[in-house]
Parts: sequence; structure tokens; C-alpha cells
Amino acid sequence: MQLPPALHARLAGAPGSAEPLPVERDPAAGTTPFSFAPRLVRFPREHDFFEDGDVQRHLYLQDVLTQVGGAPERPRVPEFTCQVAGCCQVFDALEDYEHHYHALHRNVCSFCKRAFPSGHLLDTHILEWHDSLFQILAERQDMYQCLVEGCTEKFRTSRDRKEHLVMRHLYPADFRFDKPRRSRGPAVPGAAEQVLAEALGDDRVPSEGDAMEVCSEHVEPSPEPAGERRAYSHRIPSTICFGQGASRGFKSAKKRNKHQ
Amino acid sequence: MWSRQRGGLKPLRCGVEQLRCRRREREAALRKARREQQLVSKRLLRDEALEEAEEGCVAMIFGEAEIQQFLRLAQRGTEEKEREGALVSLRRGLQRPETQQTFIRLEGSIRTLVGLLTSNQALLQLEAARCLHELSHSEQSAVVEACLPATSYLLTYLSGHSSDFIELCLYTLGNLIVESEAVRRQLLPQGIVPALAACIQSPHLTVLEALGYALSQLLQAKEAPEKIIPSVLGSTLPQHMLQLLQPGPKLNLGVAVEFAWCLHYIICSQVNNALLITQGALSTLGLLLLDLAGAVQRTEDAGLELLACPVLRCLSNLLTEAAAEAVGGQLQLRDERVVAALFILLQFLLQKQPSLLPEGLWLLNNLTANSPSFCTSLLSLDLIEPLLHLLSVSNVVLTVLCNVAEKGPAYCQRLWPGPLLSSLLDTLAFSDTEVVGQSLELLQLLFLYQPGAAQAFLQQSGLQALQRHEEVAQLQDRVHALQQTALHG
Repeated sequence: MQLPPALHARLAGAPGSAEPLPVERDPAAGTTPFSFAPRLVRFPREHDFFEDGDVQRHLYLQDVLTQVGGAPERPRVPEFTCQVAGCCQVFDALEDYEHHYHALHRNVCSFCKRAFPSGHLLDTHILEWHDSLFQILAERQDMYQCLVEGCTEKFRTSRDRKEHLVMRHLYPADFRFDKPRRSRGPAVPGAAEQVLAEALGDDRVPSEGDAMEVCSEHVEPSPEPAGERRAYSHRIPSTICFGQGASRGFKSAKKRNKHQ
Repeated sequence: MWSRQRGGLKPLRCGVEQLRCRRREREAALRKARREQQLVSKRLLRDEALEEAEEGCVAMIFGEAEIQQFLRLAQRGTEEKEREGALVSLRRGLQRPETQQTFIRLEGSIRTLVGLLTSNQALLQLEAARCLHELSHSEQSAVVEACLPATSYLLTYLSGHSSDFIELCLYTLGNLIVESEAVRRQLLPQGIVPALAACIQSPHLTVLEALGYALSQLLQAKEAPEKIIPSVLGSTLPQHMLQLLQPGPKLNLGVAVEFAWCLHYIICSQVNNALLITQGALSTLGLLLLDLAGAVQRTEDAGLELLACPVLRCLSNLLTEAAAEAVGGQLQLRDERVVAALFILLQFLLQKQPSLLPEGLWLLNNLTANSPSFCTSLLSLDLIEPLLHLLSVSNVVLTVLCNVAEKGPAYCQRLWPGPLLSSLLDTLAFSDTEVVGQSLELLQLLFLYQPGAAQAFLQQSGLQALQRHEEVAQLQDRVHALQQTALHG
């Protein structure tokens, strides 16, 4: 198909077009037995017309997806240490460092040094844990914001919010980023020091296994033995434990399994 | 995907002919799937034949004891490298369906994996995510659905900052999305649309491409027009998508391809195209068309047709919206460069992907149907002859010519003389009733508006050409009418 040579130049030229020729229709045009009339044509989703293009698209996706998911080869660099105070991780690849930094140092609460996966969760945490004004306001109005981005619901208590997360958003009942702050009465032996340290806003790097709690509402200590099983709401099976009594991190993975 | 180096691509141990053969088989399988409306299905995501070829080099099948050991090491090992290594081994094993089955049946295994995914050890997180990705890729529903406890975390991590990790989460989500409506019924209330809307602001191209892929799968779902597209349209996603399709130095081909397909799925579902038009979709797509035409001339870039296809479709469908009329006065949609660009693309498609020509011609029809401006452009840019060249490809060429001719004598005058007559005589020789019928319509218009056309037709043995069809039911009346006009004026 030969295109006029001026065409390419025209494409590169300025926008605009020649004055349209005058339109002058004869009423006899397109009358019986003829029927032509110009028509805009549209095709819906599943139309066969799209078959060829769709097939090409999926061939492309197949090629691409076979390449995804393997660990890419990383160029190795001389070992270096993370520069953040108190962190001594060593790396030999920049991408590994990038991920480490973002996971552990990027969204860190300056009060309690906890790390969060996103700025959104960090902001919520600071508000609920470290803002005394929040606590005051929370006594009078719904302050606990739903954690799902885009959901504007607010709740009076973190428990209500939790219930909303589970019922409305199908979140797991033990969502790791929404554990209530443990009460002053430790239910697990050895947790006393940790709780105290929290209360003092201890300036330490979060140790391995620190979960990333968001909400700070104090939960009343339960009279149940070992503080393990606590009914959260009549709608949530009582076998689900919300962290009351469970120590942070997956050291207690075995314990959690029982509640599965 | 375009210029990325994925070190993991394993060498193929087969020749070019085998590759072609395999491609034909894959294509046939995809066509069949599309006809059955099963195009969005897990088993098609991976090239099965490719997997078989590689079975030799993939890790062995692991049993329960081995898996447990890996998990234990990963959780509680003392040495960082040891823990990471355990997960790497596990991940390799999870490429095998047998290992996947064993894994999901092991009590607490997913829970442990999710625990590692959400741990504070960044590299363990990454490896755990890769393990999940393997599982999400499985053809077995039970395996894929075992990943469901992780989805709230995958979505949470989309608001993070580590681009590799986010990319992995997105591809995993993409696989899960494709799995079943049941899975999507969990993902939607968990906030996948707002999560994607937040994530699309990422500056990382790899993240954007992965996001586009996941979103395109979501939009292709059967229930999308009712259950998904309305909330997508209500979010900031369309604005961001259009921004990512703006031509210019920042335009990335891989990213643009994904979002162009996303737009196509939204538009052809016809949920609220007027909204897209108010957000400037027509304008952006028009500019993109011009840019594409420029690109096909400049580079040998493989894959421009992958972008051309959805752009052509989106434009064509949008032009049918009433709202397009209102906006039509705006820039691009009167600009004759659009017609120039389209023809350059048609020529490109003729070389690269002839099966897409009908789609290009579809756009040409929608551009010219109600637009004296574009019809004039066709004439003033001398595009009738190239257009005739495509007669053998599709009847739409005749429709477009009719679009031009029906606008009156000023237009027909410019169609005449020239190669049109001999082309018409050729098409009259076809046995296809559709083609002949369209030719007859065009002839009527030419006879009506162009003095001398009928005469010339007679002189070129037009009557004999018509006679051939005198007995055909759908054509009879028109044939006779034309014969009368030609003979008696």
C-alpha cells in the first residue's frame, strides 16, 4: 500500500484541516431499493470482531508471565551496612537494601520506633497511640478510622473498627496491623518488661518479631486463665484470639495454629 | 516487560520450527477459549508446553517432612542467610504441583508463610512473597485459594514503597484475580480498587506495568460491568490511566499497553463512557494515535501493534457516544492529522499484523460517517487510492467510500475519475453478496451525484458486470435500478 509522500510530513506538521467541502444531499440517495446511510458502529465486549486482537494480547501476556516471579539476577556490590542508627544489616545488592530500608526504616514511628508497611498506617498509628488530643476526642466522638484505604467509616472504639474490618471488608480476624495495645496487666509471663518499655516509649530498635500494631486502645485485662481465649464479639467465633495474651511475632506461631 | 532484563528466563531447547508450531497451538487454544468465553483463565496464563520443557531443570518434589523443615528453618533459624536459603529452596519446590499440594495440606503452612510475609525481615518477606506467587500461579483451585488469607496483606503492601516487593504483590494479585469470581468477591470488599488507586501514583515503571496487568485482569472479569467497573470509574484510576497514556518523553510502552487495554475493557462495557470523555479520553487517545503513527515510522520497535489495537478500539467505541459529538469541536477530532496517522498505522498493520486491519478500518468508518471534515481530509490527503488497496481486506472500505460519496456532489467529484471505477468493477466480480451489495450502494450514489459516472460505467462493460447478479435475491432490485439509471439517466 503506497502512501502519498506528503503524508508523513503532514503528520509532523501543525494541527488543523482544510475547510470541509459543502454537503449537499439528494433526497433520492439511499432510498428503496437502496438503503445506505452512514452509521457509527460499536462493538460490545464479547463480540467476535475482537477475537484476533484479544488472542494476540493473551499470547503476549503468556510470554511475559513466564518471566515473572523468578528472582532476578542482581548485580552484586561490595558489602555495605545500613546507615540507619542502630541497624547493622549488611547487604551486597542495592535492591535488597532498598527493600530493607522501605520495610524497616521508611515508615517508622519516631515515638516508639515501630515500623509500618505504609505511610497511611504510620499516620493512623501515631494518631491513635501518641496523640493525647485524639484520646480526649475519642471519648466523645467516633475517631477510629477504618484501615482500608477509601473507606471513610469511623468508629467509637478500636473493637468496633475491628469488627467492621472483619465483617465488612472480610479482613482476617487476626490482621497483624490492627492489634490492640496490650493492657497494663501482662497475661504472658515475661511480657511485663516489654509492656513497661512500651509505656516509657523506650527508644530502641524494634526487635525481631515486633508486630506493627496500629491502635492503642487499652483492652481491659481478662479474668480468664492465661488470657488466651477472649470472646471479641458474639459474631466472631470465640476461638479467634486478638492478641490479648499472645506475644508479638511468630514465636507464638504454634499457639496460633490451634485457633485456625 | 519491554526492555527489562529478567535473568530468570530459561533457555529453550527447541528449534525455530518447533517454536512456530507451538505458537500456532497456543493461538488455537486461545481462540477456542475466547469462543467459550474462557479467555480469562488461569491455565492460559502460563505456556504449558514451555513448562514441560523445563521440567528437567526444576527442583524435585518435596514431601511433608522437607517442607516442614524449610518452614522451621525460615522461622527460627539463627543465621539470616540460612533462613533465606530455606525459603528459596521451598520456593523452587513450589514450582511443582505435587509440592504445592503437599504444602497446602500441611497444617499451619500458609499461616507460617503469611507470618514470614509480614515479618520484619525484609529479605524473608520477599522470598515469602515469591513463594506465594508460585502458589497463586497454580492451575489447581485449591492451591490458589489457599493464598486467600494473604490478600489483605498484599493489598496493604501496595501502599508501601519497595518497588520490587509491590510488583510481586501485584502479579500475585493478578493471578488470584483471574482464578475465580469467589476470589474477586473477597478482594473487592477488601478494598482492591482503592488500593490500586493509591498505588498507581508510584513513579516506578515496573510497578505501573504490574498494576496495569492486574487491573486489566480485574476489568476483564465476567461480572466486571456490574460489579467492578462502576467503582473503578468512581475512583481516581481513570484520570491516572489517562495521564499515563499521554504521549511525550515520559510515555513508557509497556505501561501504556497495559492501561490502554484497561481502558478498552472499560469502554467496551459501556458503563459510563460519557464520564471518560469529560476526563479527556478522546483527546488523549487522539494524541496517542498521532504519537503511535510517528513511532511506527521511526523505530523497528517490536510490539507497537500491541498498543495500536486497544487505542483503535477505544477511539472507535468512544466516537459512538453522544458525548463525543459535544466534544467533537475540540482539537484532535477535526484534525486531519488523525486521518494521516490512521493510514500510516494501516500500512504498518498491513506488514505487521494484517488481522488487525479490520479494526483500523472500523475507526475510519466511525471517523468519516458523520464528519464532512474527515471525509474532506481523506480526499485532500489523497488517500482514496491507498484505501482502495485494502478492498480485499474488508468491506468496510466500501462503507467508508459510501460515507464520503453520500455527502454529495462536491465529494463525488473528487472521487472521480481515478481508480475507483475499475476497483468497483472488480468487486462486482466477487460472489460475496455483502461486498456486491455495498458496491451497488456506492454506484447509486456515484450515478446520482457525479455526471458522467454512469456513462463511464457503461463504457467499461458495467452492464455485464451487473448482469451476473440479476438473479440473486438480495441484489436483484438494486441491480435493476442501477441498470435503469445507467441506460436511461
